[in-house]
Order: sequence, then C-alpha cells, then structure tokens
Amino acid sequence: MSEKVKQLIKGNEAVIYGALMGGATHFFGYPITPASEIAHGAARYFTLSGRHFLQAESEVAVINMLYGAAGAGARVMTASSGPGMSLMAEGLSYIAGAELPCVVVDVQRAGPGLGNIWPEQSDYNITVKGGGHGNYKSIVMAPHSAQEMCDFTYQAFELADKYRITVIILADAYIGQMMEAVEIPEKLLEGERKDWALYADKESRENLVTSILMDPQLQSEHNWKLQDKYERISREFCLWDELECDDAEYLLVAYGISSRICHSAVEELRKKGIKAGLLRPKTLFPFPEERLKELAGSASKVISAELSNGQMAADVERLCGGICPTERLCWLGGIVPSVQEISEKIESWAEGESK
Amino acid sequence: MIVKEKPKAFYDTFERKGAGQKVTHYCPGCGHGTAHKLIAELLVELDIQDRTIFLSPVGCSVFAYYYMDTGNIQCAHGRAPAVGTGIRRTHKDAILISYQGDGDLAAIGTAEIIHAANRGENMTVFFINNAIYGMTGGQMAPTTLEGQKTLTTPLGRSSGRDGNPIGMAELMNAIKAPVYIERVSLSTAGKVLKARKVFKKALENQIEKKGFSFVEVLSPCPINWKMDPVEARSWMQAQLEPIYPVKNFRDESLLPPPHDDTLPQMEEKEMKQLLSAGGAIPEGKNPAPDLEQRVKIAGFGGQGVLSAGVLLANYAIARGYQATWLPSYGPEMRGGKANASVIFSSRAIGSPVVAVPNVLIALNTPSLISFEPDVERGGLIMVNSTLISDKVKREDVDVLYIPASEMAKESGVMATANVIMLTIYLKYKGLADTEILKKILPLSVKRKDAVAVNLKMMEKALTYFEEELT
Ligand code: SF4
Repeated sequence: MSEKVKQLIKGNEAVIYGALMGGATHFFGYPITPASEIAHGAARYFTLSGRHFLQAESEVAVINMLYGAAGAGARVMTASSGPGMSLMAEGLSYIAGAELPCVVVDVQRAGPGLGNIWPEQSDYNITVKGGGHGNYKSIVMAPHSAQEMCDFTYQAFELADKYRITVIILADAYIGQMMEAVEIPEKLLEGERKDWALYADKESRENLVTSILMDPQLQSEHNWKLQDKYERISREFCLWDELECDDAEYLLVAYGISSRICHSAVEELRKKGIKAGLLRPKTLFPFPEERLKELAGSASKVISAELSNGQMAADVERLCGGICPTERLCWLGGIVPSVQEISEKIESWAEGESK
Repeated sequence: MIVKEKPKAFYDTFERKGAGQKVTHYCPGCGHGTAHKLIAELLVELDIQDRTIFLSPVGCSVFAYYYMDTGNIQCAHGRAPAVGTGIRRTHKDAILISYQGDGDLAAIGTAEIIHAANRGENMTVFFINNAIYGMTGGQMAPTTLEGQKTLTTPLGRSSGRDGNPIGMAELMNAIKAPVYIERVSLSTAGKVLKARKVFKKALENQIEKKGFSFVEVLSPCPINWKMDPVEARSWMQAQLEPIYPVKNFRDESLLPPPHDDTLPQMEEKEMKQLLSAGGAIPEGKNPAPDLEQRVKIAGFGGQGVLSAGVLLANYAIARGYQATWLPSYGPEMRGGKANASVIFSSRAIGSPVVAVPNVLIALNTPSLISFEPDVERGGLIMVNSTLISDKVKREDVDVLYIPASEMAKESGVMATANVIMLTIYLKYKGLADTEILKKILPLSVKRKDAVAVNLKMMEKALTYFEEELT
C-alpha cells in the first residue's frame, strides 16, 4: 500500500516539507512578507524534528550564519524576499567564493525599495546573474506550484552539495501564498561528510574555508575554476516544461506565476485555433537555451511574459536573435495580468499576420 | 617577549600563505603577533587544537589562518559572530575563536557582535583595539581617540564631527548574557602576562560551555601610529589606557546558565508523520464529473472566508480534482474585504487567479457589488440574504438567496455561515458527498472545538436544501 499522502498547503509551507525531507538541518531566518510563513514553518518543524531554527538579527546575519553552518558541513537554508536578498548579496558572494552549498528561497515581491508585497519577478537579474560582487552564479530554480516548491527545495540540497554552490528557489508572492495539494517526498535524505568542511576534529583541522586569494595568479585560477564549474552545470543539468510547443507559432516563455497564466492563455488560444505554446524554464540558470533556440526556429514569434521590465526577456532575445522575432509582455508593481490580456494580445498578432 | 619557542598550534612554515613562507605579514612591533602566540600556546596547553575553528576577520588579522594550525574560516567584514553562530549550531563541541579588529567589531559588525553576545553564544571573542584601521592603511576607527590624526582625520578626530571613541567592553557590559568581559593591554611585558591569564579564562569558559566571553585587547599598531615600537607602547600607557581602562568588567553571566533544549533528530518515519499530521486528505472514491469551477468567496475579514476556501479546495481534492486556493486581502486584514479564489478542475490548472468566476459566494453587500459584474454568463451567484438586502441585477446568471447568517446564529459561531453556503452550493451542483465532507471538515476548521458545530450546520444546510430548494 502506498503511504502517499496529499495535503492542501501553501507553497511557502511546502518549502519546509521539501527542505526537511531533503536533509536540511539548519534554517536561519528573518521575517519578511511574503516569505514569512517559511520562517514560521521552519520554527515549528525544524525545531520539532530536532533540526535547528534561529531567527537572526538581520538578513546580513542570516546569510553569514548560513556561511558558518555550511562551512561546518551542514545542509543549510534561509528564505526571504527582495529587500532581504539585497542585504544578503554580500554573504552570497562570499559563499560563492568559498564554494559553500546553501539553499536560499526568494519569494519575490515588488520593488525597488520597500515596494509592496504583491508579486513581481524583478529579482531575476540579482539571482540569475549573480547579485553580489564578483563573477559568480547560483543555480536558480523556478517553481510554479506548491508541489514544485516542495520538490525543488528537496532537490536543491543535493544539487548544492554536488556542485558546492548556492541553489536559489526563485518563487513569487502568488506561488508562495497559493495553496495546492502536495505530496511529501518518499525518502528522507541526509548530507554526507564533506572532505573540505570544518568539523572541529583532527581530520578536518587542515581545512580552510575562505574566499580570499591574495595572489592574483591563484585568484585567477580559482575564478576560472568557478567558471568551469558553471559551464559543467549548464552541460549536466537543466529543467524545463513544455505545453503545446512542438508546432507552436506563438511561443510564450514564462516561469513562476506568469507561466501559470500563460498556461491558461495557451489553452484559450488553442481553442481558437491559434497555435500557441509555452516553454517554461524550471531552471533559470541553467536556462534551456538549446531548446529555446530549436523552438524559435519554427515559431513566428517568441514572447517573454514576466512581471519585470524584461529581465528574462533580455536573455530570451539574446538567444533568439536572428532566429525569430521577439516580443515582451511585462507587468510591474505587483500587477498580475489576466489570461485574457495575454491571449488577446497574441490573437491580435495572429490576426495581423493572417491579413 | 615571553614566548620562548614557537607554540605547536602555530605552523612552522606558513603554507597557507604560500609555499615555504616563514615570515609573518605583520609589521615589526605589531600586537597581533603577541596575541596570536598567546592563543596558539593556549590551544596546546588546553588541548583544544583539533577542535578549534578559528574565525578570521577582515583586517590585518585576515591572514590569521596563515599561522594557526587549526580549522579556519575566513569571514566577511564584521560578520564573524554570525558565522560563529552558524558553526555553533552545527558542532556543539567546537571551540570557536572570533578574532576581530576595531573596524570589524566596533564599526561594521556592531549588530552581529551585540546579538551574538545577547544570545550568549558559547564562543570566545578577542577584540583587538588598536584605535586605527591597520590593513587599509591608517584610517579612523570607532576607537580612534579624540584629536588622534589618521588618514581620514588629518586634523585629528573631532567628536563633534566624527563621533566619540567607543568602549566596546563597556557596551558589552550592558548586555546580560555574556559570562566574562575583560579589557587587557599588550603595552608591557607584565600586562601581556596578565593578558595570557585572561585569554586562558576566556577559553576555559568556552570549554566548560559557560557561554560568551569577550576580551578587549589594547594592541599597538606602530606603523599607522607613525611611532617606533617602544614609543607606541608608551603612547598606549599614556593615552589609550586612560580612555580604555584595563580591568575586569564581569566574571559571570547575569543570567542563569544556558540549557540545551534541542530535541532528538527525527528519523524518516517520524518525520513523515510530523509533516502530515492532521492534514492528510482522504482519497475520494466517487468519480468526479468533468468540470472546472472557478469560485470566488467574498466577505468581511473575520467571516471565515479564507478557511471556507480551504474547506472547498480540500473537498475538491478528496473528490479527485486538482485545486488551487489563493487569498486576497483588503488593505486591512480584519474588517476589510477578504476574498478567496478557489479553482477546481478535472485538468491541470493554469492561472489560480479567478478573474471571471463561474461561482460567486457573496457574504456581504460590498462583495456582491464588487464581483457581480465579473461572474461568467450562466454562472451562479449565492447571496447571504441575512446581510445583503440588495437583489442581483444580472439576469444571465443563476441566483440563490440563502439566509446563511440567520441560520448560523443558532450555532453561536457566525463563521459557520460559510459551511452552510458551501454545502448548499455543492448540493446544488450535484457535487455533495456528505461522507467526504464530514471527513474534510476537521482538516479545514482551525479550532478543533468548532468541528462539531460546523458539522451540525452542514446537516442544517442539507435539510434546508431539501425543504426549500428542491
Ligand atoms: S598595520 Fe598595524 S595592526 Fe596591521 S600589521 Fe601593521 S602594525 Fe599590525
């Protein structure tokens, strides 16, 4: 008999379920809307299950607690939103330099500044392109459902350990607040002892966790090694989903809440006989570049739909340049478009072309 | 110099600095060398070298890891106490030495040091106060004295403009948790001997898991003070020590000793039980008719609108549907407008936003006014006729007027109006399976003592439906 259990939970709560089953032992957090439920859940479930939860004095402290605990070999995580991500930029850069495995959930809200608590997808650049100083990257996963909030977080700890990298779960206010049925992963994972980490014992006494290399030659070698790692990750790992893509003339590219709305738009458009499709990157770094180019080859328009001023669109346009015309559908400030708005726009292009 | 031979916790050659390196990077007469050696000796003497993790700061002592033969983690400027906190939560028995300068600890890292102290983290902090920024070439530190010339106070520090020298030991002493606070000086051989005792005590406290120990170390930086090493030591005695009195501030915590209340680590089975306690949705047997319902439930905050949505979504999942629930609040959480969007469908759900509901459950007048125009042609509007005297103006929709609040009065819990509305809705759509509804109610009602009264209202709604609507 299967023990599978479905529960109706918020995306933010699903993160905790995925994290604990994924072997997370430490959660350091600081409250921020719309990510606070993740800290609430962690405070409860990490503590009850004999893991560690601590509310820090700031996101600056949070990310450095992650740095310490990850350096000490633990599976660590935090969750925040835009203003907190800005504060964590310094620590994330150190973590990248020292090649520590960490998991960070960003439930995006509207910015800049204090902005508001409604969804935007405007942290694309600071997560996908690095965000702190230096040439570094994080793996960025973009869930579109409560189940994926759970599953991606679960998987994130394995990826983080494997590549010694930060894995960012890039969600948004809607994906975090929305409730859906979630199944808990089957197997409880556990991190293994790392030969580079600090265990406060004889075997690890020689280990040094650092991001400073005073000799430019050594720093250069280290930095190139990081670049090689990012290359390797792009070759080895990339996730995406397709809806009606194979014969799509109007190819939408969207992630997170935008992809859910585009999903409905594609269904509407297909009903009207318009060949629309949706390519949904589940990882934003690595980005499904080859597949996008392939699909662009047979599309008449590639349309980026996102809640930002075109941060992802810039990448889509770079990749599709010379292959296929591109368009942007952008919303800002916490405005989430209706399905109709998107389908009408594409309909108007389709009409224009058939004239 | 009291140290006769190189302590064993000190590397012979500094390979972390570069192959075969034998000289430290510190300037002649610098206090760091002395402080390092005292610590290195004590690591051996106290037999804690293997389990020590040294936290290197940003500042001249960023390179402490060149010299200390211990596990080492290099921290961002000022953040060592937070980094140490992370390690402490990972390895209970590690010896954590946070070695920080005055820019690091007393300027950029004030938040981290204060909160680590306040949590009483079991760690030892050596705070090297040399009244100047060393590594960056001699700028003002928070500890720089009034009138002292630095690169950024070329005319001398002026308190009116630059603030005042900050006494970190005094500041620490305002916090209850630390177990040990003392200021020492490296200005004379005798004071170095005294410092060694203090260092030892600060480490012993940690070995005994007593908590947070803070040692402020007045230390010479001849190069940036533009003095020779001898002059520097006289200046310390004449200028620094009067402002920063060398003394013990505290010998035991003002709080009861910390206790470790970490629970035992759960295994897989227990973990799964914990995570699914109370929330498991029973698998519904009845085959669900193929449909998509986009339901908007709207009313005042506090009317239980959101949990009504949860109940409906849970029920739909138990009937084999996919379901989404999305909240929306008015500007205020209570008393304002609240609505929940629930979609359930036989197929994968795209947008969870209900822009065009095919079901509107309106619990108060503003909700009806707001959402009536959005309802899909041929959809259903359910009106709580106890609170809404208006009639639905649309003629292309089905309308049910239910005196839900009136019916709920009997239960004493006004929020049960939701259960009444939902039960009637499901019944009306031919979707009601009372067995499943009964199983689902306890999952969706937050207050467990309210389950019985909700069940009762469900029954009442069923009767109402039979009597009034069929
Ligand atoms: S600059 Fe000052 S603190 Fe730094 S090594 Fe030289 S003397 Fe020591």
